[in-house]
Amino acid sequence: MTTTLDHPSYNFKVVRQFTVMTVIWGIVGTLVGVLIAAQLIWPALNFETPWLTYSRLRPLHTNAVIFAFGTSALFATSYYVVQRTCKTALFGGKLAAFTFWGWQAVIVLAVITLPLGYTSSKEYAELEWPIDILIAVVWISYAIVFFGTLVKRKTSHIYVANWFFGGFILTVAVLHIGNSMVIPVSMMKSYSIYSGAIDAMMQWWYGHNAVGFLLTAGFLGMMYYFVPKQAERPVYSYRLSIVHFWALVSLYIWAGPHHLHYTALPDWAQSVGMVMSIVLFLPSWGGMINGIMTLSGAWHKLRHDPILRFLIVSLSFYGMSTFEGPMMAIKSVNALSHYTDWTIGHVHSGALGWVAMVSIGAMYHLIPVLFNQGRMYSIRLINVHFWLHTAGVVLYIVAMWISGVMQGLMWRAVNTDGTLTYSFVESLTASYPFYFIRFVGGVLVVAGFILMAYNMFKTIGAKDGSLKPVEAV
Amino acid sequence: MMDYGTLRGLIALIILALFIVIVVWSYSKKRKSAFDEAANSIFDETTEINSNDKNNKQETK
Repeated sequence: MTTTLDHPSYNFKVVRQFTVMTVIWGIVGTLVGVLIAAQLIWPALNFETPWLTYSRLRPLHTNAVIFAFGTSALFATSYYVVQRTCKTALFGGKLAAFTFWGWQAVIVLAVITLPLGYTSSKEYAELEWPIDILIAVVWISYAIVFFGTLVKRKTSHIYVANWFFGGFILTVAVLHIGNSMVIPVSMMKSYSIYSGAIDAMMQWWYGHNAVGFLLTAGFLGMMYYFVPKQAERPVYSYRLSIVHFWALVSLYIWAGPHHLHYTALPDWAQSVGMVMSIVLFLPSWGGMINGIMTLSGAWHKLRHDPILRFLIVSLSFYGMSTFEGPMMAIKSVNALSHYTDWTIGHVHSGALGWVAMVSIGAMYHLIPVLFNQGRMYSIRLINVHFWLHTAGVVLYIVAMWISGVMQGLMWRAVNTDGTLTYSFVESLTASYPFYFIRFVGGVLVVAGFILMAYNMFKTIGAKDGSLKPVEAV
Repeated sequence: MMDYGTLRGLIALIILALFIVIVVWSYSKKRKSAFDEAANSIFDETTEINSNDKNNKQETK
């Protein structure tokens, strides 16, 4: 690769690699999700095999969608955006390639060890200590490449998307290293150095900020570049984006205790978590409004551009789940919602609605640019994907809302003599129809991802420049 | 010596003041043109050269 001062030669190879793997892991992660959704209806689908049981495949599903699909999308877009906006190639030479192969190795190790039953039993941090060390090494390399590129930028201003990406990279490093502190007792077994309520607090400080920084700040970085790019208009308010960034990063870090309402965690810590979660509503909606209003005066573009539709609808889901989240963090609401399917519905409205849709939109924007085409192979298929995905998400979350509220009400119902009205199994039986609707929603989402992969490979395989951009209407 | 509660209260006030400074700074009239320029910077592709030449693409295949 030759780099001269006036003509930066970008490192798009690593961006292409992460982009392709985002789509592949999207299929794998959601497919595992559909399998375990089916197991909840037809338990025989574990085939009496230990490594196919729900308990082992569920962490595989969450790790695959968050760390394989979501994080690959973040690697791809952050590497792309930082180069384009800083007008310089990635820093660190081969280190960028190392982050790609290192991260894929982490994922493959997860795919092997989780079904075998190796787990630290910390949610979203199940991987055992040797893999945790590899994650830390790859992540620090990622930080060196990203921040090194910022340092050698050719522009004076650092575009706001990079602030969000930078905040996410830095915080995830701190979270991962902090929460993964363990004492190994063998190659694949370790115990946390934290104990009791402190361990729980560390875990959910990590857990909620994995949501707040990895699944929110990172994807907001994506939003601040790809929404204006696809809409061909600058972001609605650049000033708001600055206030948005500082408000979001300074509040999120305190919200973790809302995962531990009515537990051994001290009451004051629970209340801090609740209040901070409620205040968090403001920067969340500030960011959502900033993204959606970017389209103000150009709403007609939504009619013709399914990529823009993915991006804008993702922001609607973001708004929905960041309203729902603060509400669920209120202790009295949490008393009804916690441990029920409502939580699962909330997570998927964020994960399938916000995270997946903004990533899919960004990937459809990115693939033609990276592979020398004017557009994707088929715009019609993107449209079909949009409707499959949207219908799937809506079916999924509506089913889980109904099932969750019903479970919460059944579990708390008491007779006049103080005994429980319903047994646990009665609430489970009542959930079956909704589990089936959720399964159907999941199948639609996977079908959409498979279409996306087909569309992607057709675009990559086409002769350079043979796919001409569609004329703007 | 200041007790822990007072210290925490003071830190909260400092952070609040810092936040107000950030808001005032970002919404000051003086910064407007610079921010408009930054918002539009992603559309300025005249100074960058696309490295998407054929050889670079082949590497991934």
